[in-house]
Amino acid sequence: MQEYVLETKGLGISFGGLKAAQDINLKIKKNEIYGLIGPNGAGKTTIFNMLTGVYKPTTGTFFLNGEELKGLSQEKINHKGIARTFQNIRLFNNMTVVRNVMVGLHDRPEFKCSLIESLLRLPRHFKVEHAMRERAKELLDIFGLLEDRNNLAYNLPYGKQRKLEIARAIATHPKLLLLDEPAAGMNPQETAELMDTIRFVRDKFDMTILLIEHDMSLVTGICDNVTVLNFGMTLAEGRVTDTLNNPEVIKAYLGD
Amino acid sequence: MKNLAVTLKKVKWKHFINYIAIALVIAIFTPLSLGGSLPLTSRLLLEKIAMNILLALSLSLVVGFLGELSLGHAGFMCIGAYLGGKVALLLETNFNGDNSIVPFILALIVGAAVAGLFGFIIGLPALRLKGDYLAIVTLAFGEIVKTVFENSSEGTFGGPKGLKTPRFDNIYLFIIGFFLVLLCIFIIQNLIRSKHGRAITAIRDNEIAARAMGINVTKYKLVGFIVSAAFAGAAGVFYSFANNYVRASVFDYNYSIEILIMVVIGGMGNLTGTICSAVAVTFVNTKLQTMLTGDLAVLKDIVYALILVVIIIYNNAPALKGFREKYNFRNLLNKLFKPKSSTDKDDEGAWHRVPTKIAMDEVLSIDLKVVESTMNPDKEDKS
Repeated sequence: MQEYVLETKGLGISFGGLKAAQDINLKIKKNEIYGLIGPNGAGKTTIFNMLTGVYKPTTGTFFLNGEELKGLSQEKINHKGIARTFQNIRLFNNMTVVRNVMVGLHDRPEFKCSLIESLLRLPRHFKVEHAMRERAKELLDIFGLLEDRNNLAYNLPYGKQRKLEIARAIATHPKLLLLDEPAAGMNPQETAELMDTIRFVRDKFDMTILLIEHDMSLVTGICDNVTVLNFGMTLAEGRVTDTLNNPEVIKAYLGD
Repeated sequence: MKNLAVTLKKVKWKHFINYIAIALVIAIFTPLSLGGSLPLTSRLLLEKIAMNILLALSLSLVVGFLGELSLGHAGFMCIGAYLGGKVALLLETNFNGDNSIVPFILALIVGAAVAGLFGFIIGLPALRLKGDYLAIVTLAFGEIVKTVFENSSEGTFGGPKGLKTPRFDNIYLFIIGFFLVLLCIFIIQNLIRSKHGRAITAIRDNEIAARAMGINVTKYKLVGFIVSAAFAGAAGVFYSFANNYVRASVFDYNYSIEILIMVVIGGMGNLTGTICSAVAVTFVNTKLQTMLTGDLAVLKDIVYALILVVIIIYNNAPALKGFREKYNFRNLLNKLFKPKSSTDKDDEGAWHRVPTKIAMDEVLSIDLKVVESTMNPDKEDKS
């Protein structure tokens, strides 16, 4: 079991009579970039929501590095090492870019500073604040956002907002990063840049990445393996090129 | 000497503007009061101002920074006033009339602690309720507190007649009040400008994202409500000492709204603005009360409301945008304290501000709905 970073076993959820996802068995190896694709409404984001604790799975369970995380709260799951971005961007809009990333750094053990220490402005508070800011700037630099660090997140263009969301998620130092449509709304050149960035952060931070994407150029470009979902069920899985040429998959996307 | 000058230049004066302002008030009025040239009415006004700054600042933590609408702030104050008054009464025999500050401090601790406990209790539903629903719960809380104290037996909290508390008859009382304000600024400002405050503002901006980033939402919401309620309780204790009489009917819905008005006018998430507006609203209110007496007394509410309307329009009208930007308090401060501004600097001094316009729209939209439904229960939305 240890060889997989993420392993789901028969994971499923139903809302009333609707089975949004059923019997999902993902096996993701360390440092892999894994794609989760499928037509709209196939249950991809639902799976993300289960893996991050937003929804409690009705059947099955999942493991991160062999540790069962089912039933933990969202905060706990994040502390265990799963971070995510959102399909519809959810930044802290009225905070500056650098502060957005600093929120991601909030619970890291190296930046621990109790409420009392902050209230009384003990030396530790200043040390931690300074260290957090420097670390946030390093992360922003990777995504080319350093120049924008004092702008409100709200005022960033769309592509940069997406990048900021990824930077913020990486700030929590996850073992597994879930990206929900990272390339949505980006032009081909931005997508190509994003692919390089994703590979770079995977190597630099020793992460495993699971991503949802509709842009097939990105999926074929960086994913090692994919799982195709349709109507909440696994349609096909395996190497990218083989899977995308699977007649069942073509049928699901294009019809008969 | 040169070193001192360099250090002074490095100090970010913006961080200390609130302390400096309050310290100036203390420095100016203490000698006046000691010299006996400060009339009683001015002292009473200053006491009231100190109390309202405390209330507005503490509410600003919940409404401006945590982003939850609370309409029962006077309820926490009521708890502080009654409990502080009661403690003072119990201690009166021990500290007979020597105007010692000890009973005041003990009453303050008890009042703030119990109000903080109730802040915790109100914070619990706040973890599950959002927006309008939380507003209704806090509104109900304020009314329940008021009713409970009104119907208490005469021996405990005086019942409908109210509780007669020992007046802390002292020309220093308003100074103590402003020292309380300093303490409040110290706690709230340091809380907001720390990683914990950043977590609180993150929850306000996007609770779902905050949870996904591993922020302990439960903890920070409770911290916000407890600190806010404790300072409201402290303001209540101060009230009971300043008035030597506590009647529950004072702490009604209108008072909660008045505190909310101070926060909204001052700008949500802007402590300096909140202090200024608390001073201004208290001043205008008191002046109107003394100016419009007799037959004109009915005009008081109308004039007060008109002034509020003008302020809101001035703050939001697009036509006045240029004027506002040119003659802006913030710009004036920047000119005074930071002649050269560079854009490449880190935003370490920046406030966690919500653009006032957006924030006001949010609060007013919720507020009006709640007000409507409470004012006209028959017109309840039946759709």
